[in-house]
Amino acid sequence: MELLPLVWTNLMRNKLRTILTTLSVFVALFLFVLLHGITDTLTASTQVASERRLVTRNKISLVFPLPMSQYEKIKAVPGVSAVSWSNWFGGQDPVDSRGFFAQFAVDAKTYFPLYASDIEIAQASPAPAGTPVPPGVDPKLAAFMNQRDACVVGEKLLLKRGWKLGQTIHLNGTIYPGSWPYVIRAVYRPKIKALDAETMFFHWDYLYEKSNRQAQVGIFIFSLADPSQAATIGKRVDAMFENSSNATHTETERAFQAGFVSMFGNIPFVIQVIGLAVAFSIFLVAAVTMMMAIRERTNEFAVLKTLGFGDGSVFLMVLAEAGAITLTGGLAGSLLAKFLLERTGLMVPGFSTMIVRWDTVLLGIGVAVLMGAFSGLLPAWQASRLKIVDALRKVG
Amino acid sequence: MAIPLSYNVRSVLGRPWATLATAFGIGMVVAILVLALALANGFQAALVATGSPDNAIVLRKGADSELSSGVSREAANIIRSNPEVATGPEGRPLVSPEVLVLINQERKHGQGPSNVTIRGVDREGLALRDDIKIYEGRDVASGASELLVGKRIADRFEGFGLGQQVNLNQRLFTVVGHFTAGGSGFESEVWGENAVLMPVLRGDVFQSVTFRLKDPARFAALKKELESDPRLGVQLKRERDYYSDLAGPLATSMRVIGILIVLIMAVGALFAAMNTMFASIGSRSREIATMLTLGFGPGALMLAFLVESMLIALLGGVIGCLLALPVNGTATSTTNFSTFSEIAFAFQITPTILGIGMLFALMLGFVGGLLPAWKASRQPLAAAMRAM
Repeated sequence: MELLPLVWTNLMRNKLRTILTTLSVFVALFLFVLLHGITDTLTASTQVASERRLVTRNKISLVFPLPMSQYEKIKAVPGVSAVSWSNWFGGQDPVDSRGFFAQFAVDAKTYFPLYASDIEIAQASPAPAGTPVPPGVDPKLAAFMNQRDACVVGEKLLLKRGWKLGQTIHLNGTIYPGSWPYVIRAVYRPKIKALDAETMFFHWDYLYEKSNRQAQVGIFIFSLADPSQAATIGKRVDAMFENSSNATHTETERAFQAGFVSMFGNIPFVIQVIGLAVAFSIFLVAAVTMMMAIRERTNEFAVLKTLGFGDGSVFLMVLAEAGAITLTGGLAGSLLAKFLLERTGLMVPGFSTMIVRWDTVLLGIGVAVLMGAFSGLLPAWQASRLKIVDALRKVG
Repeated sequence: MAIPLSYNVRSVLGRPWATLATAFGIGMVVAILVLALALANGFQAALVATGSPDNAIVLRKGADSELSSGVSREAANIIRSNPEVATGPEGRPLVSPEVLVLINQERKHGQGPSNVTIRGVDREGLALRDDIKIYEGRDVASGASELLVGKRIADRFEGFGLGQQVNLNQRLFTVVGHFTAGGSGFESEVWGENAVLMPVLRGDVFQSVTFRLKDPARFAALKKELESDPRLGVQLKRERDYYSDLAGPLATSMRVIGILIVLIMAVGALFAAMNTMFASIGSRSREIATMLTLGFGPGALMLAFLVESMLIALLGGVIGCLLALPVNGTATSTTNFSTFSEIAFAFQITPTILGIGMLFALMLGFVGGLLPAWKASRQPLAAAMRAM
């Protein structure tokens, strides 16, 4: 303990160097945690998806639709408690055709009850008192439920695009051609952080009334009375349609979501490798700085030893000095990355919500501690092995 | 008078470990920059190479890719009979109305499933694309349920070996050949005959019509003609533009994310470089005093230290480029969300990218050396002498 003031004095003797080294460690760990945050976010996006709900899509791929006739059959499977469906719309905002966001045509009366535990309605247009809503649907959605071309948008999407409740917006359909007007009648907010807050939902009926196509379904989503039966019921559903012209593939919503993440291929892996490369290169720099700091002070260590400080104390002192620098930098960098990514508007392009797990922050701090230990080890060993005679001979 | 360059070279060599560590730090930044640019570049190159400048592709008006497009048989026939369509050696128009679907397939090595593009091409489809070479197996027989698989898909996905069968809507297709396409995006596709695939997959509608232009210079006039034809309801693009547009969003985000990472990293490396320069200058008060006494001005000193810092950075740039170079040509893959399907491509390092890397290194050296060099040159002679 009596070494601490000495460590402090040593850190302060060349303030500029201490600050610069701390800052470089800080930046390295900030980046390390930020890059890990991308993988965290991808993982989180699969984890929020429920294991209690199943998703049925066309077996060939998501691009192929399913016939409406499968609805009643899925609903009749014992153990299935509620069924809904949705279609990918694929519209573009003519004002900003590059600003992508997801749009789904959903069967609102069954869809919103199914997701009542995941999202809440933050704002909604008022509806005349006593307007009926289907059972299980949030009464705030009354205005939306009773308007054919109404839509519900995510809170972040509304903010980003500068839209207002009650406003009419237009999208150009890429799959369903033409210009599509919608009136924003409600705004939703996810109850779970990692859930997307930039999606738009509108009535499935509107999609087919306006497009004049044969009504088909993108995916069926259903909940189970007993979630432990997921695998069995999934197989039973697929077995029903196996030999039809619309064979299905049923999996939990989580597995369905994981399928999207796996599409990124090895990009998440590449990102992690970059994170490690960053940490390693900064570690090298920190190590060299420590060595420089120790070499300059050779005769001071000799004096300390003459005064009676043991080899072990000198070793610990140098190690503590390195550790103090990397720990301060690492702690600040890791925590700032978490705070900036989760609390402020800063985000990595392509992600609407960033998640940085505490594990990742701890990992970052751990890396910093290791960096300190390794960069201090060699100089500390050198300093502790120093012979007083040799060291003092170098005076001058 | 300027201080000779050899002074700087000797000082740099005099402290090899500090120099190497700093250079390595800068090298890592340069390596990541080069790799990020090479990744985006390789991806874009693969897609651009997919399209030929002599071909045009017809999609439904408003569709952003073949996936969301639909062109009727009738429209395809109208296009086929247009006089601007080039004809092949046998006098047949070089037109390929194509069906395109995605199938979800497992990758090898347990990497999870992804979407693979299946393209049904006309008999002229192969003639329209110059680089298609079947390197294993044979071409599909007309009218048979057979498939040709692009090399990058055959290598990366389960179930596409020669003789293996793929189930599409209760019909079994046999893989009879593997092909390369000069590294283009077609290597990430599975091809079959449109007449066979169409009824199985999509019903009576094509996704696109690709044809060879008789005179590529008359593209604009033809575009106007076809797009204003009320019977068609289509849009016309040069095939090359179509594919490079598809690369746009993902290539841009690769670059943006890459450069973002590099900029943050550069700040860290900058601190490190400043540290080394400060330390190196700090231990040279004696030399600085001597030089000031000899009559070298503060300007000359500052220049000398700046040059020294940039020398270290130059070394860093070289290290970075050398670190990045072995990755050149390494293939990787991801999903292009513009087409919602897997595309394989290779890191492509070009001289321009290496040049950008070196320039960036020099810039880091300059900025990192500025403050230490300024401080060194401002040292009052008396103080410098006292340090002796």
